[in-house]
Amino acid sequence: MKRHLLSAADLSRDDAELVLTTADEMRSLADRPIKKLPALRGRTVVNLFFEDSTRTRISFEAAAKRLSADVINFSAKGSSLSKGESLKDTALTLEAMGADAVVVRHGSSGAPHLLAHSGWVRSSVVNAGDGTHEHPTQALLDAFTMWKHLGESKPGGLEGRKVAIVGDVLHSRVARSNALLLQTLGAEVTLVAPPTLLPVGIEGWPVETSYDLDSVLPKADAVMMLRVQRERMHGGFFPTAREYSRRYGLDGKRMAMLQDHTIVMHPGPMVRGMEITADVADSDRSVIVEQVTNGVAVRMAVLYLLLGGSEPAVGGEE
Amino acid sequence: MSTSYLIKNVAVLGGTPSDLLLQDGVIRDAADAPADAEVIDATGLIALPGLVDLHTHLREPGREDAETVDTGTQAAALGGFTAVFAMANTEPVADTAGVVEQVWRLGREAGHCDVYPIGAVTVGLQGERLAELGAMADSAARVRVFSDDGKCVSDAVLMRRALEYVKAFDGVIAQHAQEPRLTEGAQMNEGELSGRLGLAGWPAVAEEAIIARDVLLAEHVGSRLHVCHVSTAGSVDIVRWAKSKGVDVTAEACPHHLLLTDQLAATYDPIYKVNPPLRSQTDVEALRAGLADGTIDIVATDHAPHPHEDKDCEWAAAAFGMIGLETALSIVQQTMVDAGLLDWAGVAERMSYAPARIGRVAEHGRPIEVGEPANVVLYDPAATRTVDPSESASLSRNTPYRGMELPGRVVATFLRGKATVLDGKLA
Repeated sequence: MKRHLLSAADLSRDDAELVLTTADEMRSLADRPIKKLPALRGRTVVNLFFEDSTRTRISFEAAAKRLSADVINFSAKGSSLSKGESLKDTALTLEAMGADAVVVRHGSSGAPHLLAHSGWVRSSVVNAGDGTHEHPTQALLDAFTMWKHLGESKPGGLEGRKVAIVGDVLHSRVARSNALLLQTLGAEVTLVAPPTLLPVGIEGWPVETSYDLDSVLPKADAVMMLRVQRERMHGGFFPTAREYSRRYGLDGKRMAMLQDHTIVMHPGPMVRGMEITADVADSDRSVIVEQVTNGVAVRMAVLYLLLGGSEPAVGGEE
Repeated sequence: MSTSYLIKNVAVLGGTPSDLLLQDGVIRDAADAPADAEVIDATGLIALPGLVDLHTHLREPGREDAETVDTGTQAAALGGFTAVFAMANTEPVADTAGVVEQVWRLGREAGHCDVYPIGAVTVGLQGERLAELGAMADSAARVRVFSDDGKCVSDAVLMRRALEYVKAFDGVIAQHAQEPRLTEGAQMNEGELSGRLGLAGWPAVAEEAIIARDVLLAEHVGSRLHVCHVSTAGSVDIVRWAKSKGVDVTAEACPHHLLLTDQLAATYDPIYKVNPPLRSQTDVEALRAGLADGTIDIVATDHAPHPHEDKDCEWAAAAFGMIGLETALSIVQQTMVDAGLLDWAGVAERMSYAPARIGRVAEHGRPIEVGEPANVVLYDPAATRTVDPSESASLSRNTPYRGMELPGRVVATFLRGKATVLDGKLA
């Protein structure tokens, strides 16, 4: 693996499958009485969050702590970041404190890239979501969840599987990272959205696109619904929330079109009644809660592999 | 008694080598050289008329941390320029006779090249009502070029009135063509890469729609229009069409748009962030072709200095713009002359004669002939150099060409017979 995880495109197929198999080992920890490994004892992981994101931060925090790392949480509100300190000065401060890994969430696309390449810090940088660019650990946990359900937890398990990603692709870092990673893993991705919410130039992406959800659903092995942010509703991207739901929302009627094995996913937080109805979100097909559980295991695997864990993480008894 | 210069064996516009005498501010017959004339051996050098930049940001008054009239005109002289037009987006905005006269005087005091202030079209660049264009035209600064550069005069009625109004004093509106609603929050050229990088797109149509509207307006009211920093193939086509219809429109291209492409944004290094943004290779080639066939009249630098901290940050937070006075001629050599698209006479037209004509400046952009003002640049096209930002005379360092090897070197610049640059250094 590379030293940083900035984009899902940083991962080769071997890298990605190594993360998945390592995460599988990490997940088995959850069944043990003591859910903690000494792998990163003495290492420091900084969670640098310039945007509010409780769930992602908690997931990274839990992952680092289960690996026995020291965790420092640094968030924008109430810190020097809200007083106009630059990304550079924040980075230099963290470097001076001796961070081994910086997990960064930032509203500007490319901020983690800048952090990794500016020379400001020596630590590994993990992108925990940057602007409308990428969110690679979300893609890894999504792939892991699909791999458990559809891929028999084996290398190559997602080969040829059909994944529909539905909603605000234009502004979604989850969609970008998922499209890249799933393509690396051999899955076939179809992005479904109204034309206003697909980026210009999407013909050049390694994906299919569709404006028609109903034609895509019967063939899909996994359906991932993206959140539609409230501010988009006022941006003129679609006429009304109701029209959006009618054309692109996943409700019980549409769920009935799915194959028996097809799973329904959502990266959260959901807008129930907008892109997904409550009966779908709470149905047996829904793996949304499991995605959260898997998020911790996948982030453990990423931190462990980035911070130089060469021996198997799990196995040798204490 | 000022120094006379006898320039020996210089290829005027790249032609057959001859001698030039610069004396008392004018070009004289070399045969009449006085015995005490300073002799410059210009073997291997070419002579061009002093370059004229129709689009420079000198930042003074207001942002003297980025550039001053003094430092900016030093950079200009080192780049071979003898005249620059200073954009109006200073603080305060150059929207009154007082501010344009201040900039004009600062230029005279600095003495490195002539400074012609550009006046704002609208008060405070706010796009709401016309600034006192006539007062600026009648001031000591004699303003003829008006621009809200940095912002587009997007209101069609206001643009029409501005185009009409400046006819009274033979002015020109230099439009920054950017449809504001289509470019809200825009960060880079809209295309496949902007989608992948998650940076908000600046679509070509936002430039082209304004240019199309403006050439039609200029035709309708019979006014003169200049289009700043044309960056797309579609814009070149529209200007070409307008010229074929007889519309009185001129257009400029910037050196960075002739050389660099949007692929550089993949570095997320905001040194490549500029407005209008770097475009595709197809656009670059269309600009070169348009500059070669005269559709694009001039090269202008859009020299836009910014202090280090405004570029040493994440892309979206960074300022738009790049410096370019000291590298412009080298880039034109590389992209146009060495590529066989333009000869040195063509360079003189695009970088001296035409910008002076558009700006209605009689004392610059003159041919290198006996009796003409001694505004001359000596250039070594065979030299090469590696760009080192720390060597720039500009106060700012935001050059996208850091570490690049570029052809050519300005050896000397003469402003009315006085050397502003000698042996590649400020005289």
